[in-house]
Amino acid sequence: MKTHNQMKKGAVTALVMAFVPVVGQAAEGKIYYGFQAEQFEYRIGDENEKRVVWDADAFVGTDELKLRWQGEGERDLDADINEKLENRLVLQTPISDFFDAKAGVRLDTPTGTDRWYGSVGVMGLAPQWFEIDADLFVSETGDGSARLDVEYEGLITNRLVLTPSFEINAAFSEDREIEVGKGISSAEIGLRLSYDLIDRAVSPYIGVSYERKFGDTADFAKHDGEDYEATYFVTGLRLMF
Amino acid sequence: MKYQTVKSTLLGALAVLALSSASQAAKYDLSVDYVTIDTGEMKTRGIGYNGSSPGPTLRFREGEEAVINVTNNLDEATSIHWHGLILPYQMDGVPGISFPGIEPGETFTYRIPVSQSGTYWFHSHSGFQEPDGAYGSIIIEPQKREPFKFDREYVVVLKDKHPHSGERILRNLKMMPDYYNRKQRTLGDFFEDVSKNGLGATLSERGDWGSMRMMPTDIEDVQGFVGLINGMSPDQNWTGLFKPDERVRLRFINASAMTYFDVRIPGLEMTVVQADGNNVQPVKVDEFRISVAETYDVIVQPKEDKAYPILAESMGRSGFALATLAPRQGMRAEMPELRTEAPLLTMADMGMSHGDMAGMDHGAMTSVDPSGDDKDAMAGMDHSNMAGMDHSNMDMGEKADPFYAAGSGLIPKAANGGKFLSYADLKAQKPLYAERPATREIELRLTGNMERYSWSINGVKYEDAEPIRLKYGERVRFKFVNETMMTHPMHLHGMWSILDTGKGKWNPVKHTISINPGTTVYSETEVDEPGEWAFHCHLSYHMATGMFRKVIVEGGPTVAELENGK
Repeated sequence: MKTHNQMKKGAVTALVMAFVPVVGQAAEGKIYYGFQAEQFEYRIGDENEKRVVWDADAFVGTDELKLRWQGEGERDLDADINEKLENRLVLQTPISDFFDAKAGVRLDTPTGTDRWYGSVGVMGLAPQWFEIDADLFVSETGDGSARLDVEYEGLITNRLVLTPSFEINAAFSEDREIEVGKGISSAEIGLRLSYDLIDRAVSPYIGVSYERKFGDTADFAKHDGEDYEATYFVTGLRLMF
Repeated sequence: MKYQTVKSTLLGALAVLALSSASQAAKYDLSVDYVTIDTGEMKTRGIGYNGSSPGPTLRFREGEEAVINVTNNLDEATSIHWHGLILPYQMDGVPGISFPGIEPGETFTYRIPVSQSGTYWFHSHSGFQEPDGAYGSIIIEPQKREPFKFDREYVVVLKDKHPHSGERILRNLKMMPDYYNRKQRTLGDFFEDVSKNGLGATLSERGDWGSMRMMPTDIEDVQGFVGLINGMSPDQNWTGLFKPDERVRLRFINASAMTYFDVRIPGLEMTVVQADGNNVQPVKVDEFRISVAETYDVIVQPKEDKAYPILAESMGRSGFALATLAPRQGMRAEMPELRTEAPLLTMADMGMSHGDMAGMDHGAMTSVDPSGDDKDAMAGMDHSNMAGMDHSNMDMGEKADPFYAAGSGLIPKAANGGKFLSYADLKAQKPLYAERPATREIELRLTGNMERYSWSINGVKYEDAEPIRLKYGERVRFKFVNETMMTHPMHLHGMWSILDTGKGKWNPVKHTISINPGTTVYSETEVDEPGEWAFHCHLSYHMATGMFRKVIVEGGPTVAELENGK
């Protein structure tokens, strides 16, 4: 475990070290930064489960190269455990007018087993305004997985926004320790209605989220006496600074 | 606020004239200060001159040497660029090109041999100080009598004052390019279009824009501003006094960071007599569009003993500035009806006649060069080859403004149905230069990526670009091809831009040329000033993200004379 931790630290340090000189070279280019939380919400499930969930990212860098942190988490308030705690650090560079490639590391430290991953992916804007974030991961145990996030912002008015979102996870091999089975492992569908209260910096929202596990992953959950699907009513804030 | 304007005017007047020697040198003092900008609705910290924003009106006289001491009271570097003034390049005030800038606590002395007359302005060329309030106006009195009469005059400076600082605005645009666009099409608009055009047509139209990932509402990047006239909001109501029957000269300056304005004075016809400081043959108009950084001088003659509104609606209709011309203080004209419906860009503004261009990148537009014409004989070009005419198939019923793409959504119309000024109406009062063919043409494609909010020339941002090298004594012809969906007011420092309106030697002489989406516009420059100059889009956040070039003029009067064997 110790060596793993060191490797993790080493990987993160290497990433940051790689970033510094490249940005230094591009010193002519302006450096921008930003923080955004697409989701920062309180969830109440159909069986009265209570959760706090977030999905946020921050970046610093130039047009040509950015260092981006992406963090996702889910805290189970009933059991007082972190169902999910993910942090990613990636370097990102444009590969087309609308898409960036990114590569980096991801570290999962939920209550239970930790995992670190290497990741490569793309993010950007697809035709018809779909926001795409797609990644491939290889974990420290050599297990491959993939994730696709799609989001669309529908303007009901110029401040009232209906945002459907969709996430799907797939694994190329089983990782029993973290209870992921081979194949499509889980999916989540959300629909959130937000109102831009202060510019676009603070937008409160309400919505629903449905998530379920599939295949062996669902069986693992059932085996542990956990739900393999859940519907939540959510209320939260979208933030951008 | 009224008090502040009076104060700034007084300070401007006071800054005048301590004739230092037998040579006509006039001394002016300007301090660069942090100021509070109070629009009534909001108070923001900004940057101004001599304690106020806008700064004073500087009055120079043609023929004098203006000596301006600029003291930087900020805790950051600053600079002043004298917009439109012909001067030695070291005095042009662009940090990193003309000089190193003015450090905090430092006083820099500008020495400008004033060789021209008219309405101009000055502003900081450092960071986002200009959007944050660092601007003022310049009037240069001519040595000779002007070819028009007026009884009194006012400077009318337009500004899009935003509650956010320039730095923050750009950061927000970088995070989300439509951060400030609150004129986007909504579900309601969709249903409206369905009932008007049918579901199929509406879906296909939405699909066309969606496939390009562009928005037809993308006309004003930075909305949410208050329009100011001489530093005053519509509520604060700047008022210019007149006596009925007087001829009033209004010197309009658009000192905005990002906003074009459509200007009218309901009830009064305006006679345009000057554009960008150079006299033009008088044109009577009901309304005109002033691009960022341009100036227009108009003469009006109010006959009635009543208040007249000066209304400047932004091109995208997201904001407006309002002031009053009145026979007495304290009067307010009846508010003219605002045109709140925002224009929409069309496929013509994308440089396409058809929408079905899925997957095109930002750039592939159909541009038709005025072909067949010998470039050397361009000066006498006929109207069929008029600048800006990309689209040979003009199917517009009315006489369209050739400086907009045929079918463009931006083509302006006067609110009263009358005459709207076009570049095509501008004719020089007196040619500044002898007519001669251009020595060469330089193509400048105006390019960018809205989603990344990065702007460029020929696809290359400033920091990655080689300078444009010109030779002293040549006459270059610039071909501006706007491949973006936004308008760009291109400003060449230090030398005049002769806008090709197809009028030969009567082509108007300007310092800022606006190029509408989907059009090609030509201008010519007599390269008559040595040194290094800036050349850029004057929209602050386009300039800051890369639509900018350094121009190096090689050689000088002596070299040119030697080469020409004179």
